[in-house]
Amino acid sequence: MIRYVLFRAFSLVGALMLLPVLVALIYGEMSCALIFGVMALVTLLIGFAGTCKKPENRMFYAREGYVMCALIWLLISLLGALPFVLTGTIPSYVDALFETVSGFTTTGASILTSVDGMYMSVQFFRCFTHWIGGMGVLVFMLAIIPMSGGSTMHLMRAESPGPSVGKLVPRVKNTAKMLYLIYFGLTVAQIVLLLVTGLNLYEAMTITFSTVGTGGFSITDAGMNAYPLAAQIVVILFMTLCGINFSVYYLIQTGKIREALKSEELRWYLSILFASSVLIAANVIFAGRADSAFDAFHHALFSVSSVMTTTGFATRDFNLWPQFSRTLLFILTLLGASAGSTGGGLKVSRLIIMVRRIKNEIIFATHRKSVRQVYMDGRRVGSTTVKSVTTYVSIYVLVYLVSFLLISLDGLDFETNITAVAATLNNVGPGLSAVGPTGNYAQYSILSKLVLCFDMLAGRLEFIPLMILLRYRTWSERRTV
Amino acid sequence: MQIIVVGCGSMGETLIEQLSREDHNITVVDLDAENLTDVVNTYDVMGVVGNGASYSTLKEAGIDDADLMVAVTSSDELNLLSCLVAKKAGDCKTVARVRNPVYRQEVGYIKEELGLSLVINPEEAAAAEAVRLLKFPSAKKVENFARSRAEMVTIVLEEGSLLAGKSLRQIQEQLKTSVLFCVVNREGDVTIPFGDFVLEAHDEVTLIGSSYHMIELFHKLKLPTARVHSTIVAGGGSVSFYLAQQLIALGIDVRIFEKDKARCKELSNILQEALIINAPATDRDMLLEEGLADIESFVALTDIDEENIMLSLFAGKESKAKRITMLRHAHYGGLVDTLDVGSVIDTRTITAERITQFVRGMSNSLDSNIESLYAINDGKAEVLEFLIREGAPVTGIPLMELNLKKGVLVALIIRPGGVIAPRGDSMIHEGDRVVVVTTHSGFDDVRDILND
Repeated sequence: MIRYVLFRAFSLVGALMLLPVLVALIYGEMSCALIFGVMALVTLLIGFAGTCKKPENRMFYAREGYVMCALIWLLISLLGALPFVLTGTIPSYVDALFETVSGFTTTGASILTSVDGMYMSVQFFRCFTHWIGGMGVLVFMLAIIPMSGGSTMHLMRAESPGPSVGKLVPRVKNTAKMLYLIYFGLTVAQIVLLLVTGLNLYEAMTITFSTVGTGGFSITDAGMNAYPLAAQIVVILFMTLCGINFSVYYLIQTGKIREALKSEELRWYLSILFASSVLIAANVIFAGRADSAFDAFHHALFSVSSVMTTTGFATRDFNLWPQFSRTLLFILTLLGASAGSTGGGLKVSRLIIMVRRIKNEIIFATHRKSVRQVYMDGRRVGSTTVKSVTTYVSIYVLVYLVSFLLISLDGLDFETNITAVAATLNNVGPGLSAVGPTGNYAQYSILSKLVLCFDMLAGRLEFIPLMILLRYRTWSERRTV
Repeated sequence: MQIIVVGCGSMGETLIEQLSREDHNITVVDLDAENLTDVVNTYDVMGVVGNGASYSTLKEAGIDDADLMVAVTSSDELNLLSCLVAKKAGDCKTVARVRNPVYRQEVGYIKEELGLSLVINPEEAAAAEAVRLLKFPSAKKVENFARSRAEMVTIVLEEGSLLAGKSLRQIQEQLKTSVLFCVVNREGDVTIPFGDFVLEAHDEVTLIGSSYHMIELFHKLKLPTARVHSTIVAGGGSVSFYLAQQLIALGIDVRIFEKDKARCKELSNILQEALIINAPATDRDMLLEEGLADIESFVALTDIDEENIMLSLFAGKESKAKRITMLRHAHYGGLVDTLDVGSVIDTRTITAERITQFVRGMSNSLDSNIESLYAINDGKAEVLEFLIREGAPVTGIPLMELNLKKGVLVALIIRPGGVIAPRGDSMIHEGDRVVVVTTHSGFDDVRDILND
């Protein structure tokens, strides 16, 4: 079954590469069209050959779900890196891999010092990886591939971010379809709005892919500064929207608007976002670094929503802002967006659960026999969920420290390293200092790049799938599925 | 179809398993979050933690769009209340499991006044199945069609059976029977056999035919056809009560073993013609003393599945009795079939089958209607009875000209004039009941038997 699903992923990657072929043909980049075309054809063929024979045993369990998830993400990253190398855009395979992982995990960290003058189709592909990675490859597969059986939930759980994964509708397939429908709706809406602000279709599409996937790749060196104010406001809006739990949209769509607005995570998320923006704007104004109050607020809001939703676009080099603003942005990097959105990071709902848990523990310290549980949205959060949050944070810290230590071998400064790990682990993209909005990751060694690749994947898949893949027992145990 | 299932105990889980296989959108409501998580992880369903009789819980489970709500918790009252609330809140069809004999007598009133579509009692259904088996002791399984005008009987071919080693064509020439050999289960391989299929000893063969022809065939095969005259029932639970009640009405001598003295008194009060013995059914000397060696049938109905299996094995060793073993908790799958325990009745499967049948009946279109549905060998084959209405695409065409799917067999046509074993030139008419055997699953309309 694992093999079957993996080959399915092959065909999926093949099908997705057809889109850049189209772009290459439109812009007359014949060599690129050829490379993407051949890649698409080969992967499609491999995929079809592998899926001819349907597996007899179609059951799989939690372990297979996680393993499949991790393997598919590795596979698409390895395959996706090839076009960059073959077109000569990024000659080194490790660099190309870094760029692709950064794309699929919607990080937006780049090793390219300059993106101007790249092939249009390669740039398109680069942004398109954000869009695919945003909602998830497996969720996409679940939506389009007929896979029966109750066990598909294991796949969805393995990939979806957040402390607990719920379905919107009873069937996994329909849930996946619903999620993609919302995602698609947001994409189309943003493209249209960007077209209205005067961008051309190519710009509108690439920016949209980067925004709704909360990725952050830009197609020009100037980043978002290259576009008019109206376009920037559209981008702020959609970054924020895509950092919201998608179940909120489902509730709105089914007419339960009041229920949707009651979501505690939504309220916390928006409150943190606005409060941080105001604080940063004030900080920037008092430090005398702003042209006007509106200007300060505009850039503060843009940076905060960009960092908090883990997109990573920039209109200003926030690296040059006062220390308080920089620190606040770093903290927001760690926090991230809402569960069930396309954003990464720790997630607001985990913060809520943690805060309430801490409160309970404090009360417990003085009332030994008190019985208290964690509540969210008026319902009890199960003890396994609470436990999983604690586990998540522990793994997070552990991976963080190990990665931090490993990349410090390259001799870059402390601030660069600590924010580089944060920016990749939370799928944000830009950190501070040398990896700030105007910097990039090119100066790191091959080892560090691989470590950061791992961090990006681990952050996107929320650790467990990759940990299972790395566990010796997973492979030493003989199982027939 | 949107279905809400309240309660995910063992009964609920069996039902969810069957319904989710049929592509319904199922939401499960239960108070026990842990149990619910297990079910949600195993089947493609959604879970809502809460009380199934609570309006807001049902609302959250989507009662507004639901077509059906099935309440199968262990509490009758909760089931009835859930149905009542669901009916008012969502105007959907409702099914409740009700076990208490007190409510049982008022089932007509409950259905009518509370607006329930189906009230199901697993114990009573199990007892009914046991009665059918005791009426036809040489069969492993018996089901009825069209109010007992036709029957489906499963037999196991013994060593030296007249049928073993012969092809269906030879059997037809020799016995000239119009009973159809529909499904053969050979060590778990389920097939619909054709003329040159050779039967072997130990095959499990399912036969379909009119009641008259069935008895005729059994006579020719020298298998007993008369109902049993005496029975020992192990365990005095409610299934035993329902069973004894019906057996006594048929004039069959009933002896019930029950270890609890108070329950014995209760039973002797309501079943005055039965012999109630206050001894555990595991007391072998007592069983032998009460005539196990010469008894014609033995029904193991204690609360413990394993005990039932052991008792049936023991009875098989000591007597030639027809044995029936009830399972109600364990899920041993096909394993029990490999043991010599006689017929097996599984309360959960029977109930789940009844509800599935009801659901299929709901989802079909106007021109045909599922009247009954039986699963053979863990659902590897299904037998369906359709009522043909006006405009069904199968009427007026000789069967051999119908473009039937592979693995579909039209086994019987039942019409007011009589029960017809169909041949190539037979035609289905409006108003007929048609019995179809298939290795497909999920048919809910007679048009499903045709190729698209």
